[in-house]
Amino acid sequence: MKRYALRQVVQLAVVIVGISMLAFAILHVIGDPVTLLLPQNAGKEEYERYNKLLGLDKPIYVQYWKFASRAVQGDFGKSWYADTPAFKLVLERMPPTLYLTTAGLVTALLIALPLGILAALKQHSFVDNLCTMAAVAGQAMPIFWLGIMLIIIFAVQLRLLPASGYGTWQHFLMPAFTLGAFLAPITMRLVRSGVIEIMNMEYIKTARAKGLAERLVVIKHAFRNACIPVITVLGLQFGQLLGGAVITETVFAWPGVATLTVDAIRNQDFPVVQCAVVLLALIIVAVNFLVDMIVGLIDPRIRVGA
Amino acid sequence: MSAVNEVGLKIAGAPDATGAPATTARRSWPRLWRLKWGLVAAVVMLLIVGVAAAAPWIAPYSPVEVDIRHRLAPPAWMDRGTPDHVLCTDQIGRDLLSRMIYGGRVSLLIGVAAVLVSSTIGVLLGLGAGYFEPWVDWTIMTLVNVMLTFPFVLLALAVIAVLGPSLVNMVIVLGVADWPLYARVIRAETMTLRERDFMTAARALGMSHLRIIFRQLLPNLVSVIVVIATLQVARVIILESFLSFLGLGVQPPTPAWGNMLGDGRVYMLNSWWIAAFPGLAIFITTLTINLMGNALRDWLDPHMKL
Repeated sequence: MKRYALRQVVQLAVVIVGISMLAFAILHVIGDPVTLLLPQNAGKEEYERYNKLLGLDKPIYVQYWKFASRAVQGDFGKSWYADTPAFKLVLERMPPTLYLTTAGLVTALLIALPLGILAALKQHSFVDNLCTMAAVAGQAMPIFWLGIMLIIIFAVQLRLLPASGYGTWQHFLMPAFTLGAFLAPITMRLVRSGVIEIMNMEYIKTARAKGLAERLVVIKHAFRNACIPVITVLGLQFGQLLGGAVITETVFAWPGVATLTVDAIRNQDFPVVQCAVVLLALIIVAVNFLVDMIVGLIDPRIRVGA
Repeated sequence: MSAVNEVGLKIAGAPDATGAPATTARRSWPRLWRLKWGLVAAVVMLLIVGVAAAAPWIAPYSPVEVDIRHRLAPPAWMDRGTPDHVLCTDQIGRDLLSRMIYGGRVSLLIGVAAVLVSSTIGVLLGLGAGYFEPWVDWTIMTLVNVMLTFPFVLLALAVIAVLGPSLVNMVIVLGVADWPLYARVIRAETMTLRERDFMTAARALGMSHLRIIFRQLLPNLVSVIVVIATLQVARVIILESFLSFLGLGVQPPTPAWGNMLGDGRVYMLNSWWIAAFPGLAIFITTLTINLMGNALRDWLDPHMKL
């Protein structure tokens, strides 16, 4: 376990350095901060002065080092738009994003687990085909459209739920469902195939041969072992989940990091964009790391085989 | 995001991952079922492409023609609807059907172009990682892991923020953000192919690396590439629509399904149809492409591990 943990930590470090480089490159290599910062009619002298002021005349690795060493201390510079540190702005918006992500994950599991298990146990039946069809349709669904249709039906026409905003449990329903619907199809397919695979294992046959009730075979033997791939996949999907949360937030005007980022992009407020991208990526990396560790603990084969 | 997609596809490709040898009948009927749907999807796709290609002849109006007297007219079959505008008109009286027909051109074009970019980058890097020395592999795969950590949406948003929205930039951004999936799959496939006899023979004959890669390896990977590329077109179309929906993608007055949906959101209180129809177009298109991709995989190679 120690060696496995060490290997994971090294990989974690490499990925974190990579993320910081990518975030740095987006602004400094693809774009030119000075042109973005100055008004279009600014002269050449003005340009040179700002270039020097921001330290952009130095070699690129010096600039990166400055960026990285500051970022480690949570200093991503001040927002160009609001006179506040970017880190503080992003951190303030983090809780709503995390609540939405959790709510979406729970919703997805509530849909995917029962349907996936049902579809696996009744393989090739009508129910299974129906679930597969629903999953194919669900995967093709643009969730920003789904969100808008929900608003039109439940907020505009039926007047049952608030169209947007944040605060009460009613505000959670539509965004959570939208995000859940985004994640559910793929999770359902994975649960289904996981359970199918396990139901054909020798130990399930043994359990049945012992005369164990089918219900107990499914719950005690199959489901527990099917949990490992499901946990792994949920960890892997966390990035996708956050991506879905970005989309969901913008549809429902949810006051999270994504709406902040989109606003920052519209205002060309790059320190905030950079900070948000790095922090979200770090959360994803941390979750993936934790999942790898947990799975390694549960299943010894993974730590040896990986 | 892509990591998950890959896992998801893998499951989709192995519907009978039973371990035990399934009977031919059990194996083949869901496959035939999917192939049948794939055929239907191909016909629908031809229709969509045909309509988009023939837009100037089919569309009843120009997509930018303003008819202010008939602004926000509902679909023809509803109260106050006019037979002049079959679906409806938008906030400045442009014919929605015409805009949707033209919008299809933009979405499909960006989808296909971006996939050409991403598949080229991804396949080349994947071949490189799978074929050359371990350090090349390590470098490329670290890059892949870093890219996969970022949610696809977030990466695209950040880059478009710096580059600024335009059609060409959209293709670049979507293409560059989407290559890691190809790289991962192609690398794995290359590694298995590398051990085959024809590769040993090629090396023994003294073929150059380039010749081996492009003449021996690549032809064996075509079906995998075609399947991933098909499925990715749908994903890219959804992402392009989302960016356009936010106002960060295709810019008005050029019609794209995404920016039409974004416009429609403002008017959903009284005119839900403006948002509903473009979204439906995206949904039908992506669903069609996914069905085609699944069928294509079954047809080319039912055992493809995707």
